[in-house]
Amino acid sequence: MIAALRSELRKTMTTRMWWVLLLTMVVYMAFLAGVMAFSFAFEAPGAGAAGPGGEEGMALAPLDLALTVYTLAPTLGYVFPVIMGALSVSGEFRHMTVTPTLLAEPRRTVVLGAKLLAGLPIGLLYGVVGTLTTIGTGAAVLAALGEDPMLTDPEVLRTAALAVLAMTVWAVVGVGFGAALKNQVVAVVVVLAFTQLVEPVLRVALGLVESLQEVPKWLPGAAGEAIAGASFYSASGINELLPRWQGLVVLIGYALVLAAVGRLTTLRRDIT
Amino acid sequence: MIRSAGHAATDDHSGMVVVDHLSKSFGAVHAVEDLSFAVGPGRVTGFLGPNGAGKTTTLRMLLGLVTPTSGSATIDGRPYREIARPLRVVGAALEAASFHPGRTARDHLRVYAPQVGVPDSRCDEVLAMTGLTEAARRRVGGFSLGMRQRLGLATTLLGDPRVLVLDEPANGLDPEGIAWLRSFLRHLAREGRTVLVSSHVLSEVQQTVDDVVIIARGRLVHSSSLAELDALTERAVTVLSPDGMGLRTLAEDRWPGRWETVDHPGAGAGTGAVLVRDVDAATVGAAAFAARVELHELATRTVDLEDVFLRLTGQAPAEGQSASTMGAVA
Ligand SMILES: Nc1ncnc2c1ncn2[C@@H]1O[C@H](COP(=O)(O)OP(=O)(O)OP(=O)(O)O)[C@@H](O)[C@H]1O
Ligand SMILES: [Mg+2]
Repeated sequence: MIAALRSELRKTMTTRMWWVLLLTMVVYMAFLAGVMAFSFAFEAPGAGAAGPGGEEGMALAPLDLALTVYTLAPTLGYVFPVIMGALSVSGEFRHMTVTPTLLAEPRRTVVLGAKLLAGLPIGLLYGVVGTLTTIGTGAAVLAALGEDPMLTDPEVLRTAALAVLAMTVWAVVGVGFGAALKNQVVAVVVVLAFTQLVEPVLRVALGLVESLQEVPKWLPGAAGEAIAGASFYSASGINELLPRWQGLVVLIGYALVLAAVGRLTTLRRDIT
Repeated sequence: MIRSAGHAATDDHSGMVVVDHLSKSFGAVHAVEDLSFAVGPGRVTGFLGPNGAGKTTTLRMLLGLVTPTSGSATIDGRPYREIARPLRVVGAALEAASFHPGRTARDHLRVYAPQVGVPDSRCDEVLAMTGLTEAARRRVGGFSLGMRQRLGLATTLLGDPRVLVLDEPANGLDPEGIAWLRSFLRHLAREGRTVLVSSHVLSEVQQTVDDVVIIARGRLVHSSSLAELDALTERAVTVLSPDGMGLRTLAEDRWPGRWETVDHPGAGAGTGAVLVRDVDAATVGAAAFAARVELHELATRTVDLEDVFLRLTGQAPAEGQSASTMGAVA
């Protein structure tokens, strides 16, 4: 298993995809953090430490504002570790490197296990870089607008650390997803569509129906945000989040279920 | 047979590849049907058959990539999936396209090195053995087909395996590359390794192999040493006569069961052309002279190994035409 894991990590690091996606994420996160910090801080000028945002629903207290900006990685940037994870499986089928991979390790469960584990350091890298980007950009913009970036608040630090954890788990979910849906193009399209469109729409739509209000927090995106403990959605009152530990369990559950589906479909088939 | 424990690596199964009543269907397509053969160490075995005969499917079953419908295939007495560290026992190259185009040749090898259990320096060694040292740090996406074949071969050598399984390794190689491959495979076999190479043309591997396993439409049609296959080659003589009737009477009289009428570009009304097997031109000429049959052409036609291969695999060469034409008319 150690050998298979080392092999997987070498696979990732010897192609350009990991740093191309990482740079793209940095640009995207910096942009979102800057825009969001600017627009929220602007909407609530001088809201200061006075307390809960009064009549205006979108006005946030400094802590909530900081948390919302600093959790943009697990709220919107998680698509990058997911795609990295998915490519680690679907890329093998795209280039038929699955043949030498299974020649080196014919036990297919071991191959999948190694890929899931290899998702951890990749996700950690994306989590650290993504979270530092949102904190760096967000804090700079908040400070420039005269708001308190709250960088020494223990809740902010804890949330940042858990945002990294959420991103780490997301990479593993991506591996499971790639195993369940091995076609690379389809996998990337589905990831983008689900994370950027389907889930956000579902969360808003289901949130409006009283009897279904409890459903959105079990969706994978909401579970990831729950790990960090804050998000743009929860801060703006669109959805509630699960407790942190439940969010973690739910997201890991998604990863394992997808991986199991992949093991029973993609990885059971003949490799021809 | 009793051997000292020190030679455990060379037990009775060592290097044996055994395919036992192997079958595989893809839906309605019977890719491989009840195929059995064995391949031993110290020899190069050609696994031959026309396109679609089932060679790749058989090799993929041998390597645990495709699950057989029935039957089994083992290496050293074990199914591939049960071999611990298989790359140390078997080196296999299946197709030239199994590379990530963005990876360099050296990185491609480094990816599998941990599972073989060798240091990165071994990657440089096998690159040197396959003549790829210069290209080691170039991306595989820019490689020619021949270079990919060499890299595939380099990958198989990483674990210094006893058994090599190569699917069409000569594809895309230039004549110099084929000559190089030939001596390389012979060298590997001389070291006592088992070398199984597939090809869809016998002539490509004729000078490389010791044994042949020939399949067609998923079934075994011939399995022997190359020398025994060689014994199936034969000479034949074609003769053209203006007296077609007389010629056929002579042929039936002298060589019953060994002749057939054939199409001939020079044949006209009343003339006839006949092919006689396993005879030389002088004998036919003398017989015709004695029987007063006038001859307009007398030509020796050697049926070479490739023709034998084509006949065995049902891709009959031109001489079989007359029989099938007659069958179609009837
Ligand atoms: N995944 C698959 N699905 C359906 N049919 C398949 C599949 N793989 C192979 N076949 C069929 O099985 C038969 C044998 O194919 P195979 O690739 O083993 O032949 P081959 O001897 O390697 O041919 P070639 O010389 O062209 O490489 C062919 O009829 C092929 O179409
Ligand atoms: Mg083939």
